[in-house]
Amino acid sequence: MNSQQARDAVIAAVTLVAPELDASSLEGSGSLRQQADLDSMDFLDFLTQIAETTGVDVPEDDYGEWETLDGAVAYLVAHG
Amino acid sequence: MTASTTVTEFTMPSLGADMDAGTVLEWLVSPGDEVHRGQVVAVVDTAKAAIEIEVFSAGVVREILVEPGTKVAVGTPLATIEVPLAAAEARAPVSPTRSVRVAKPPVRHLAHELGLDVESISGTGPGGTVTRQDVLSAARRAEQAGQAEQTEPAGRAGEATVAPGPSGPPTPGLPGTRPRVTPRARRTADELGVDLARVIGTGSGGAITDGDVRAAASAAAAAPETAARRAPEPSAAGAEPGPEPAGEPAAEPGPPAARRPAVRRSRESQEAMRAAIAALMARSKREIPHYYVSLTIDMTPALDWLTGYNADRPVKDRILPAALLARAVVVALATTPQLNGHWEDGRLHLADHVDLGIAVALRGGGMVAPAIMAAEQLDLSTLMGRLSDLVRRARAGRLRQSEMAGGSITVSNLGESGAEGLAGVIYPPQVALVGIGGIAERPWAISGMLAVRRTVTVTVAADHRASDGRTGSAFLAALAETLTKPEEL
Repeated sequence: MNSQQARDAVIAAVTLVAPELDASSLEGSGSLRQQADLDSMDFLDFLTQIAETTGVDVPEDDYGEWETLDGAVAYLVAHG
Repeated sequence: MTASTTVTEFTMPSLGADMDAGTVLEWLVSPGDEVHRGQVVAVVDTAKAAIEIEVFSAGVVREILVEPGTKVAVGTPLATIEVPLAAAEARAPVSPTRSVRVAKPPVRHLAHELGLDVESISGTGPGGTVTRQDVLSAARRAEQAGQAEQTEPAGRAGEATVAPGPSGPPTPGLPGTRPRVTPRARRTADELGVDLARVIGTGSGGAITDGDVRAAASAAAAAPETAARRAPEPSAAGAEPGPEPAGEPAAEPGPPAARRPAVRRSRESQEAMRAAIAALMARSKREIPHYYVSLTIDMTPALDWLTGYNADRPVKDRILPAALLARAVVVALATTPQLNGHWEDGRLHLADHVDLGIAVALRGGGMVAPAIMAAEQLDLSTLMGRLSDLVRRARAGRLRQSEMAGGSITVSNLGESGAEGLAGVIYPPQVALVGIGGIAERPWAISGMLAVRRTVTVTVAADHRASDGRTGSAFLAALAETLTKPEEL
């Protein structure tokens, strides 16, 4: 998966959980959960969506790498 | 059909003490459609949320009386339903003592809210009086009957009657004419924008399962030309016909327009929700003498156990601390049933089940507290699934009528908001609310030594008319004890 595909997958998943989110306003280095207002239930839904669309099932130990949009994209590029 | 049927009216239900009118948003059935008990037939907008409205009598829709977009008062007939006479008789009381069974007004009100005929419910109270529990039990059976009909072959409907007990005469099962779709699959299809007519069912008897829908969604995602259809376009998604031959259009009772993502509510509806919350909370503080007791609990063993549990499970099967805490609350309530019930007619009515209200914060503000019915019957992973489903639907504005009326206690979990504790406001006529603060590392003394542990502060707000501080304290001790043995949850 290249970086653009990874980014698209993350944006698609996050806007499914947070439909009111303006994805273009997302800052790559800011907290994804804060910007998208995701609580733990939303975050799990988000990762479930990622697993379904990309096949990448993120273990709990790696949640830290999904703190930011940039981190999530890098993770998908590395693991997808 | 007229000789063997009778026509009943399906009316605008009251979905809470503070609701006096509702707007029909859409109909999910048309005249001529067969409906079964518990089937969602319409979506009604209230000040709080769009609520899916269920019917409680099986039959055939005869006439739709209120067009979508129309606001009508509670009790206004919305549609007429032709009910087989045998079923109507089954709903009628069989006992000659019916005339002495007088239900209390709040109980009648609840039955009305749930769309049940109080006369058709067998009473277990003094002198055969219909109690709140009888009504809730009848509603639960009706809902289970509805779910069973959606997932089981037609004909099983007869096993569930509104009258409690195995002696109630069975209602004839109506033959199903649609491909069966499990409720979960229907919701998933709705969420993912999948056209059910194009999904091949692999469940028993060809029923479409959640997995089938997800598989279809993945296949669609893989095909670039269909990718655009999955974009969350509230109005357009699904309104267009599928490019492939689409089975029978009538096979899908929920119109594709039913897909309503969690949109930002309009300012008016936000204000209406605020007003509804204001009315209910003010009533609570006016009527209920609250007392509060708190305990900070060491969550480390429970969280360590959870980490191990989640480690070898895919994301979709993982359990959140919020579900573990909810399960622990349900288990601990067994020691203090006085916190699980309703205050009505000047006394405490203990609930037969733990109908676990969950306070859900909505995107863009406001909150709702729908209930997971009979939560004591759910194991941890099932409870997690139900919790996740409930929160998702609450945020998408698609809750069910029975979920809105029946909580016997509420849990409010501030989760990661950063607050340490939450001393909540009880939802009347409930008698307790369990407030859960954020999980945080704190210094912790164990056997004369200082350690760093992950802890949570739980605060019980309870109705002092129904119980005393000692009860709340005993509950918290039981909760702490329960959380030391997470493997038993």
